[in-house]
Amino acid sequence: MTWTKHEMAQEVLNLIPENSSINLGIGQPTIVSEVLPENHTYMIHSENGVLGVGQRPCESEVSPTLINAGKETISTIKGASFFDSSLSFGMIRGGHIDFCILGGMQVDTDGSLANWMIPGKKVTGMGGAMDLVNGAKEVIIMMGHESKDGVSKLVKTCDLPLTGHSVVNKVVTNKGVFKIDNGKFEIIKLAPGIKKEELKLFELYK
Amino acid sequence: MTTKIFKSSQEALRDVISDSTIMSGGFGLCGIPENSINTLSEMPIRNLTLISNNIGNSGRGLVKLLVKDMITKAYCSYVGGNPDLEKRIFAKEIDVELVPQGTFSERIRAAGLGIRAFYTPTGHGTLVAEGKEVKEFDRPCILETALHADFAIIKAQKADPYGNLWFKETARNFSPLMAMAAKVTIVEVEELVELGDIAPEDVHLPGIFVQRIYKGSNYENAIEFKKVKE
Repeated sequence: MTWTKHEMAQEVLNLIPENSSINLGIGQPTIVSEVLPENHTYMIHSENGVLGVGQRPCESEVSPTLINAGKETISTIKGASFFDSSLSFGMIRGGHIDFCILGGMQVDTDGSLANWMIPGKKVTGMGGAMDLVNGAKEVIIMMGHESKDGVSKLVKTCDLPLTGHSVVNKVVTNKGVFKIDNGKFEIIKLAPGIKKEELKLFELYK
Repeated sequence: MTTKIFKSSQEALRDVISDSTIMSGGFGLCGIPENSINTLSEMPIRNLTLISNNIGNSGRGLVKLLVKDMITKAYCSYVGGNPDLEKRIFAKEIDVELVPQGTFSERIRAAGLGIRAFYTPTGHGTLVAEGKEVKEFDRPCILETALHADFAIIKAQKADPYGNLWFKETARNFSPLMAMAAKVTIVEVEELVELGDIAPEDVHLPGIFVQRIYKGSNYENAIEFKKVKE
């Protein structure tokens, strides 16, 4: 059994201590905001210029000028603040954000990440990801374990253009939780029923 | 005081010519200068260089200039959600420099504040570092240079006649930085207020960086992804 996206989001949250500041990337990582407990003590940062992102807004609270980096409507919590993009990335680059959660196309055993283009096929652009992987104290990647074609996204060496070299600390997939350690993916936890030997490229794991 | 207030977008933008470099504020469609973009799209100008985080999105905003082939060069950080731009990149119909968003905002801020260049770890070991000077500090960093423009078109919620600006919520994003980095900054606002109506401690951008102001109209203020509590 593989984990659902919400179960993956819960696994991500389990890795993060209370009172941390967290940047949630576009795509799957925004689901983490949906599993936050009531009265949590996290400060959620979104790089478009807000610290203190709250839950999804009620219909009456929806504002076109209140969005996250995924351009989705949000609310703010008490104690939130707004700022320009330079200050927002100063928070990131300056090492003030404890965790960043990003999606990925490939992560390798050196902790390098690729998530912004497939040459000749797709360009999404790096957005803030290159700043985040170099600035946040800890980098967690949340992604499917395999691509739609069944190819492992955890690899020996990324062959797609890198977002950052040797920057990832942990990876949460639908099959497990992994830590980058000395050129291997150290298994912290596997989803129920998933066996190490059944993982593609299983020799990369320990 | 010489007035900075213009009657219309057409008047405020009348000296924008072909080959100009233009910065445009906004994150996705949040906080974009809708009136200035519409007016530029109707002007007989071409060969523009645009500096904007997304170059429009979801078929709107700067995409209006893109589909009229008015933009030949662009600096941006994110293409996702903008198929019109992605298509033109692959067809080599536009020269796009993708800049990491923090480097993008800092290059613009640097231009406005007289910093010529700076070293940053962002992008080291990636395609972004190609051809750039690398210097070792606590770790390897690459040299990035300031990004200037002839014009900045931005939107604020409120301006007073001196050009002091106040932005709403997350609509601020790149706009104050762009206002500092351009030779001529053209601001459209939802509300024109009197001097003193924005308290000094509430001014988000001092008016010294603003040259022209006009009151915009017919704002769409589009929401790209509406998500509400279930």
